[in-house]
Amino acid sequence: MSVLVYIENWDGKLKKLSFELASYATQLAESLQMPVNAVSLGKVDESELKKLGAYGIEKVMSDSNELFKTLDNRAIAKAVNAAAAKVGATIVVMANNNLGKAVAPRLAVRMKAGLVSAVQGLPVSTAPFVVKKIVFTGKAFTNIEVKSANKVLTLAPNSFKLVEKAVETSVEAFDSGLTAADFETIIESTNKVAGKILLQDAEIVVAGGRGMKAGENWNQLEELAEILGAGLACSRPVSDEGWRPHSEHVGQTGKIIAPNLYFAFGISGAIQHLGGVSSSKVIVAVNKDPEAPIFEAADYGIVGDVFKVLPQFISAAKEMKS
Amino acid sequence: MKILVLIGNVPDTTTKIKFNADKTAFDANGVQWIINPWDELALTRAMELKEANAGKVESVVVANVGRAITEGTLRKALAVGADEAIRIDADPLDAFYVASQLAAVAKDYDLVLAGIEAADYNSAAVGGMLAELLDRKSVSAVSGLDFDGDSLKVSREIDGGSQGLKMELPLLAIVQKGIAKEPRIPAMRGIMMARKKPLNVLTPVEAETLTAYNSFEMPAPKAACKMIDEEQAGEVIRLLHEEAKVL
Repeated sequence: MSVLVYIENWDGKLKKLSFELASYATQLAESLQMPVNAVSLGKVDESELKKLGAYGIEKVMSDSNELFKTLDNRAIAKAVNAAAAKVGATIVVMANNNLGKAVAPRLAVRMKAGLVSAVQGLPVSTAPFVVKKIVFTGKAFTNIEVKSANKVLTLAPNSFKLVEKAVETSVEAFDSGLTAADFETIIESTNKVAGKILLQDAEIVVAGGRGMKAGENWNQLEELAEILGAGLACSRPVSDEGWRPHSEHVGQTGKIIAPNLYFAFGISGAIQHLGGVSSSKVIVAVNKDPEAPIFEAADYGIVGDVFKVLPQFISAAKEMKS
Repeated sequence: MKILVLIGNVPDTTTKIKFNADKTAFDANGVQWIINPWDELALTRAMELKEANAGKVESVVVANVGRAITEGTLRKALAVGADEAIRIDADPLDAFYVASQLAAVAKDYDLVLAGIEAADYNSAAVGGMLAELLDRKSVSAVSGLDFDGDSLKVSREIDGGSQGLKMELPLLAIVQKGIAKEPRIPAMRGIMMARKKPLNVLTPVEAETLTAYNSFEMPAPKAACKMIDEEQAGEVIRLLHEEAKVL
């Protein structure tokens, strides 16, 4: 019995999310008095994987097959399953991002494991094994029990604080036993978002709603986001109007996020929107309507014109950063 | 090509969520049910593919695991244009149980569409589990889907961008926002026709559950919002830095 954490890479690099996962897996293993191992798929330098040692990972199994770059869902599920079998893992942890959401359910079936996606922290109890997660798109929480011996958990980015625990990491070559025929996803084009903070990774999110009046007014939000190192988001009407891409829509039918700080400019805060952002630690709302429901969810509010407030925020943020 | 669209029956997104007295179950009293929003987009795209590929898409069938209460939702899916509905007569106990039920009917379809998550339990699990039970390839976070009569052109979101893929059938696609512009609203003619379309009720197969919802809780109430004057807006940045310590 052990814990296995699947560590993704982005063009051979790890990022903060990888360390959050490592840290979470280490803490989880400690609470269960089990060993913890990691598996990495695709070409990643040993020096990069050794960074996991700062968060308690002593062994990384690395299958450097280049074909994992295709992100073939079934192939990755097979490979993680093979790694779990090799080290006798009963619990597998991965990210609740696009890839994790695609792979975890497949892996859960393969391992005959109960799956909990987007867990909020460490288990509430370990026997029975109960974890907390959101339900009804952020309107409530549930304590969900995993009854099966095997378990698969996905962890939302930014939801677990890093706990340092320095150990020596060994990286072992691992062959998951896949052949080229296992990879059936054919990539014809890739469009990478360069130099921007991904919405789901962002600790700070700057969002605009219909009150921003037009897509071209986003330059002020972009400026504030850049100063603060924030990701950009929008409400549903904004993406429906085509002012911003669908990938930035947060709320019901869009993305559910939980940054440390969420700015809502010109967003009234319909219940569908609030569901997607209500787990944010601090919410700042700027809206001209004092009755806007967003103020009920917010920690700091300004009733006023977003175009008067934004320049003040930008100059105060610049001053604070300098 | 035959398309199966998985349909979740969920509370209307404006529903105020309530639980029973001991907080062990959702209180469905007075709840309006709708097609899970992502599934509604999947169904809309399925109908568009059928219309754009005359003859090459034979049928669009919708399936749900649920009791008779879900039939209103399935009738709506028929009114949107699905040719046939399947209801597997069981309580949707957990994601593995639901996927196991769907596996019994889904294998006959070349393309299975699932919404990326359900607006009630947000497990994001049934689609992927079904793909594995069928041992079929899957693509997730799909925001575009086209059929050239032979293979599929798929756009998917990845962590850090997007990709265009070519996928052969059979395929299970887990779809999200962008797959269709807007959900299709049933027209009066569609509603009339839906009454005559087949809604087949099937007996569930034996299947296990691996998880259980032990209890529910509401988020802790928020403290009152601290209001700052529009003219003093910069003060918010200072408070975020010094008081909330998030900047």
